[in-house]
Formats: sequence, C-alpha cells, structure tokens
Amino acid sequence: MSIGEMALMILVMAGVTYLIRMIPFVFFRKKIKSDYLKSVLFYLPYAVLSAMTFPYIFYSTGNFYTALLGTVVAIIVAVFKRSLLTVAVCACLTALIFGFIL
Amino acid sequence: MQQNKITATKNASALSTLSFKKGLKDGLPIGLGYFPVAFAFGVQASIAGVPLIMSLFISMTNLTSAGQLAGLSIIASCGTILEMILTQLVINSRYFLMSITLTQKLDGSFSLGHRFLCSAFVTDEIFAVASSKPKTFGRKYFYGLVILPYLGWSLGTLFGSFTGDVLPPVVTSALGIALYAMFIAIIIPPSIYSRGVFPAVALGALISCALYFIPIFDILSTGICVIISAIITALIIALIFPVKEEEVQS
Repeated sequence: MSIGEMALMILVMAGVTYLIRMIPFVFFRKKIKSDYLKSVLFYLPYAVLSAMTFPYIFYSTGNFYTALLGTVVAIIVAVFKRSLLTVAVCACLTALIFGFIL
Repeated sequence: MQQNKITATKNASALSTLSFKKGLKDGLPIGLGYFPVAFAFGVQASIAGVPLIMSLFISMTNLTSAGQLAGLSIIASCGTILEMILTQLVINSRYFLMSITLTQKLDGSFSLGHRFLCSAFVTDEIFAVASSKPKTFGRKYFYGLVILPYLGWSLGTLFGSFTGDVLPPVVTSALGIALYAMFIAIIIPPSIYSRGVFPAVALGALISCALYFIPIFDILSTGICVIISAIITALIIALIFPVKEEEVQS
C-alpha cells in the first residue's frame, strides 16, 4: 500500500469514527424521560466494557497463563480502588514477570 | 428552533461549577493509562510496517484503541475501503450509545460548535469518568478532562512506533493487557457499591464468552458480538434492577 492510499484509508477510518461520536452528541438534545431507558443507559457502559474485556483479555498477551495472572492481579488491585494507571501497570508487570518465568 | 433557544437559555442558567482544573485532574490518570496502551499500538503499527508519521496520524485522528487495532490490521493486509468502513462502524458503534448517554450530562455551555469539537473525544474511559459525574458538567471541565488523555495517546503512539523494533517481544506482548486492565479498573469499583452493576458486568461477560466460544457464532465479528452482548445485558438488567434517579446521579 502506498503512502497516499494509506492516508486515504486512515482518513476514512477517522471520518467514520468521528461521525459515530458526533451525530448523537450534536443532534440529540432531548432529556430522556423514561425510567427504563435511563436504567438501560446507566448499565450499558458497564455491559460494553465487560463484554469487550471478557474473554478477550485472556488472549491479550499471547500466553493464556500470563494473561490470566495479569487479569487476577488487575481485579484485586481494582477492588482496592486504585487508579486506572496503577491497575494497568500492575497487570502489565505481572504479565511481564510471568512471561519470563513461564 | 424557538423551542431550542428556550431550552438552551434554561440550561445556561444552571451552569456546572466543575472547573477546567478539576477536568485536568480527572484526566491525568486516563492520560497516564493511555500512554502504555498507545505505546503498544505504536509498536504494533511499526511491526506492521506503518511509518511513524502515519501511526501518529492514526492516533491523533481516531483516538480509539479497538478501532485503531482493527484498522491497522486492514491496512497491513491491504484491505478495501468498504471493509474499513464496515469494521469501524461495527467496532465503534458503542460510541454512538455513549454519546447519547453523555448528552444527558452536558450543561448549557455546550453550544453547537463545541459539541462538534468535543464529540471527537468520546472514548470508553473519558465516557466512564464524565458519565459518572453526579450532575451536569460544562465544556471547560470536559476540555480539561480530554487534553491529557489526548496527549498521552498521541505521545504514547509516537514513542511506541519509535522504539517498536528494538523492544523484545516479551515486553510488547505484556503491554497487550494494559487496555483491558483499564477496563477492569473502570468496572470493578462500581460493581462493589452499586447493586445492579455487578450483575451487568457478570452477564455481559457471560454472554460475550458464550458468543466467543459457541462455534455457530463464529460468523459474527468481534465488534458485533460485543454490541449484542452489551445491549441484551443492559435491557435485562435494567428490567431487574431499575435505577432510581439518585443512583443514576451518584
């Protein structure tokens, strides 16, 4: 792929991604009244993030066991409400250290 | 139009007090967390043969981990533009839902122009922080919130594609878990103190795993699987654990 073609692909990629975010952000002006819909919107982000994480996290390091250990450490650190950074660093270090051992 | 004007004035009278500085403070951990993830993306882009300037261009115009990874693989395999459009639509469609949710939290300071600009920065983590604010927030807070994540994402990509070839594989593969660990950091704490969140997290994971492991669902792409799992989960959990107004705002 030439640099020009690559740039075009990236522009298309960016354009689609922007439109998905922009259209509701700019054009949706109503306050949602329905309690059920409000509840759905409240749970949706947690459901999305959870579905994005499992089972894919177990394959994120190329080694099931280092990923599993990293996941367990991430959950434990997150239970203690540490920052996003702390959780991410602990998980990476765990995967790295066990990557050397396993 | 008249109706819009009236609503806008009404909202403007109830401007949020969250400051730009508070936004920066909330955005700092996201920015620091993005750095290693973007670094990992930069490394992968460089391994895939994408020049440094192009990886940076991708990160600065897209600001999305999953979408960029998928886009990168299409570029690396010389895929078609149609493939790129469909893949991004599917993988990033969750932002559509997140943007709708966020509109419920914007105060009157978000005029049309600011909405066009701010919408580019809706990411999973920025959404998670912004939507968990107890009341509405203003554009100053939002700009403060997004600046450091944007810098972290861009700089991480820059450094990643710069050093990509020299890092040992054991390091680059360990970085692959960073993004998912951040998701865990977002979903676990509210699972402990909000009664419906844990069931939502558990059911979302369960359906997602079922779609992943049951062979007939192999025809569905990862993005589609995630959306199906999330929507079914939210529809069911909202029925069983309806959220009261105070909870939504807490």
